[in-house]
Amino acid sequence: MGSISRRDLIATLLGASTATLSGCSKPQGHDFQGELLGQDSHHGHRLRESNFRPDSIHDWQDVPVVIVGGGIAGLSAAWRLKRRGFEDFVLLELESKLGGTSRSSNTGSFHYPWGAHYITTPLPSNTDLIELLMEMGVVDEIAPDGTPIVGEEYLCREPEERVFAGGKWHEGLFPESIASPDDIDQYAAFNQQIKYWSDAHDAQGKRFFDLPIANCSDDPQAQELDKISMSDWLGQQGWDSPVLKWFVDYACRDDYGLSIDRTSAWAGILYFAARLKNKDHMMQDVITWPSGNGHIVDYLSQQFESHIRTRFMVAKIRPSDLLGRDANCETVGLDLETQKWGGYRAKRVIWAGPQFVASRVIDGFRNGNPISSTPFRYGWWLVANVHLRDRPVELGESLCWDNVLYDSQSLGYVVSTHQSGIDHGPCVWTWYYPFADQQTKYSREQLLLVPWSDWAELVLTDLQRAHPKIRDLVTRIDVFRWGHAMVQPYPGFVWSQTRRDSVLPDRNVHFANTDLSGLALMEEAFYHGVRAADEILSVLS
Amino acid sequence: MLNRVPLFLLYVNVLVIAVCGLIYELLAGTLASYMLGDSVTQFSLVIGTYLSAMGVGAWLSRYIQQQLAQAFVEIELALAFLGGFSAPLLFMAFPFVEWFRPLLLGLVFAVGVFVGLELPLLMRILKEHLDFSDLVSKVLAFDYVGALIASILFPLVFVPYLGLVRTSLVFGILNACVGLWSTFLLRPLLRPHHVLSLRIRAAIVLALLAAGFFQAAQMTRFGEESSLGGKIIHTVASPYQRIAVTSKRGGFQLYLNGHLQFNSTDEYRYHEALVHPALLGIDQPKRILVLGGGDGLAVREILRYPSIQRVVLVDLDPAMTDLSKSFPPLVALNGASLQDPRVEVINQDAFLWVNQSSELFDAVIIDFPDPGSFSIGKLYTTHFFRKLKDRISANTLVSIQCTSPLVAPQSYWCIVRTLEAAGFVVKPFHASVPSFGVWGYALASLSDIQIDANRLPPDGQLRFLNSKNLADLFTLPQDIRPQTPQINRLDNQSLVRYYDEEWHGID
Repeated sequence: MGSISRRDLIATLLGASTATLSGCSKPQGHDFQGELLGQDSHHGHRLRESNFRPDSIHDWQDVPVVIVGGGIAGLSAAWRLKRRGFEDFVLLELESKLGGTSRSSNTGSFHYPWGAHYITTPLPSNTDLIELLMEMGVVDEIAPDGTPIVGEEYLCREPEERVFAGGKWHEGLFPESIASPDDIDQYAAFNQQIKYWSDAHDAQGKRFFDLPIANCSDDPQAQELDKISMSDWLGQQGWDSPVLKWFVDYACRDDYGLSIDRTSAWAGILYFAARLKNKDHMMQDVITWPSGNGHIVDYLSQQFESHIRTRFMVAKIRPSDLLGRDANCETVGLDLETQKWGGYRAKRVIWAGPQFVASRVIDGFRNGNPISSTPFRYGWWLVANVHLRDRPVELGESLCWDNVLYDSQSLGYVVSTHQSGIDHGPCVWTWYYPFADQQTKYSREQLLLVPWSDWAELVLTDLQRAHPKIRDLVTRIDVFRWGHAMVQPYPGFVWSQTRRDSVLPDRNVHFANTDLSGLALMEEAFYHGVRAADEILSVLS
Repeated sequence: MLNRVPLFLLYVNVLVIAVCGLIYELLAGTLASYMLGDSVTQFSLVIGTYLSAMGVGAWLSRYIQQQLAQAFVEIELALAFLGGFSAPLLFMAFPFVEWFRPLLLGLVFAVGVFVGLELPLLMRILKEHLDFSDLVSKVLAFDYVGALIASILFPLVFVPYLGLVRTSLVFGILNACVGLWSTFLLRPLLRPHHVLSLRIRAAIVLALLAAGFFQAAQMTRFGEESSLGGKIIHTVASPYQRIAVTSKRGGFQLYLNGHLQFNSTDEYRYHEALVHPALLGIDQPKRILVLGGGDGLAVREILRYPSIQRVVLVDLDPAMTDLSKSFPPLVALNGASLQDPRVEVINQDAFLWVNQSSELFDAVIIDFPDPGSFSIGKLYTTHFFRKLKDRISANTLVSIQCTSPLVAPQSYWCIVRTLEAAGFVVKPFHASVPSFGVWGYALASLSDIQIDANRLPPDGQLRFLNSKNLADLFTLPQDIRPQTPQINRLDNQSLVRYYDEEWHGID
């Protein structure tokens, strides 16, 4: 198993035709810089080593609640506790930076995301999220019918999105100008179906598709959809339009990092149906910030900064079988700064990390039942922030917030400076690439060996499809390699009993993470954080 | 065999092709400077490419061994076609191709090669029939005289009266005439059965060029020259826009990206209407904010009030405000207003500046370009107007230009309604500006608007407004009826869409 050549990497990840676009034949000089970033995989992988054990621990602290994990779920749990007047908690995070896959960075006045970068305006039923957004000042007021009124500067600024197809940019995401009348008919029929599912309720009045998905109906009709793939579902409807298939595939890759034939039809429909307004069936407005969902991370962490301990790697959690107020759960970890072990004795622990780590860290996790964590699968992602000294000269549709490439396996790029109203001169583009199918060809170890320069070349080669001269404008490309970025809603997983049971506490450990929903969305992470906090509040108060 | 031909006709031939060749080169250089900016670089590149291509052409001429006369005519026709269509082709291609510079230099190179072939061939044709030393001296002399004529007439006659596109086509036609005429002049050297074919080809090239000439307006619709109309007297290509100053009928005009901003003959009407109603609503206006208005003309009107202590002008493009400070006709027109010590010029996007300033102003004059793009449309949104409220006090008056209420009623009322949605009391008004037609404005304030005509600057200063016609501005005629389009917000940019629909095909 050797290292991957640059040519092979680009041809595999972007398609063979792109080999001619890149400077594969000769090593290409570049006058930009950058670095390869990633999660702390070194420490993460040490957890697997059997000899990674604490020495005797002298530093024990008693704190009623320990939250492990500083992503959206853990931060939301802490927010809920504080908001309910409960401040006796500590939040532990392995990395030096909070946010998990919602983290962000800035260079001077330019802010940009490293992962999740928008949410859709919550429907009136999602009262907890509306409460947070009101507290943040993002929602100004609530209309009499419960609809949140979002501040203008937080709604995605027009022009919102465009797609590059057939050598030209087109407004919107569906490239109508390259679509045949049949493509357009099928697209209309597809939208009709989505409206049907968006309106569909069960006998109890629960919607078939809603966010958080805990509010969804578990009607057998809905569960049937989860058993097949999104491409099978399109086939069942008699839709074979390549443009429609691309459109739906793009949606699945965008939200789940999975191709259309590996995404559950239920999840695929959810992407669209859960986001239609009940009234006019228009898509819910997008809320975004220059730093993406990093803005939410920054806000939340500022509310309880003194409760947060970063660079602390939790190695072991020993729950006790004793429940109730006297329960005692030990959380042991290594301070990566001082390299000293420390421990917390808590009544309750919220595990806000992913399930695949929970099984290694929590003693006797789910009675040692391996079924409980193995079905959780996670996808690789690559995110690059491309700094430009100026914008490319373009004709036709002007640079949008979201810029999608029809022929590409990437998701295109988001102009992170768009929401700040910066329309001239230097800017930052955030480019996304989910390993939707490609993960199978290379091993994790091979991908970890790919150097920064090859990833940067991959990014440029992709952008060159639409911007032949982009290379001259680039001043910096930083690449973030996400190992276990997103849980994957493959067919049968979301409605599996294992997934549904994973939200239940294991002794005095409660769980909060978006993977408990089987799909990676800010709304789900937030829901689980709030839910886990509520579970604890009901026990402790 | 050529002895029957009067010799001076041959030298006229040389003169004409020399003029044509140089005109093509000048056209390319001018076009490149106009489209790409940085005229030193563009002219250097064009001249260098052209001269070296002529060298290539002269060198290639040795490979033409037979049928010299026919080759000469064919080269004339090819040159007529390429050179004649060069300017229209480049104008039309500019908005559509990314490789404009290679296209331009490629054309220059091709034209240069053909021009380089011309004289060596002609001299070889004639050397059999004329004394060689006499031939060389006269051909080269006429060639250089032709260059002189072309370089004098190009800026003084052709560009002002014909424009770049028509100049290009006219010289293409002249060049084709040389080709056609040569089939007569050189007839004895041509094979008889080739003559007709050459003349047919010459006729086709002539017909195409003539058709091009009569369609010139149509052909340059995509380009800018037709919309500019007048003689281009100054151009700047900044990173933000192309600025062009033209001159016609005793005045000069400023264009940004091909859109007329003012005409010096009637801009006083536009700027008096934009500025004075707002300042008349304030007792002793002191601190004034101007957004856009980099031409300095609104500031000229503001400085008529002795109470003014400070004017802050926020305009995106330093190239525009520099032009207003240094281009003599404009400095004369704006009265060197931007050099006034009370005036501070800030080159920044007003959308970003409004968040960073902490000053309060007595009046705000908004003179942004029309909302033809999203990056300008954002400056007419509820969000921007709300941010602007942080820069004003309860009595501040805001005056804003809002495009034509006759041509674009939805756009006009969209701006008015958006100001209202942002919490302003709004008074729509209008003025007639011959270069624009009926133009729309609005006065906005957080409190009731009262205008006192007694505060007008003393007689003789204003040319359009007086205490009697001031009120007329606020009387809307029947054809400017209030409408209620969608409010312009950052997340819908409805104004840009209205504007695009309403001005499409008109502007």
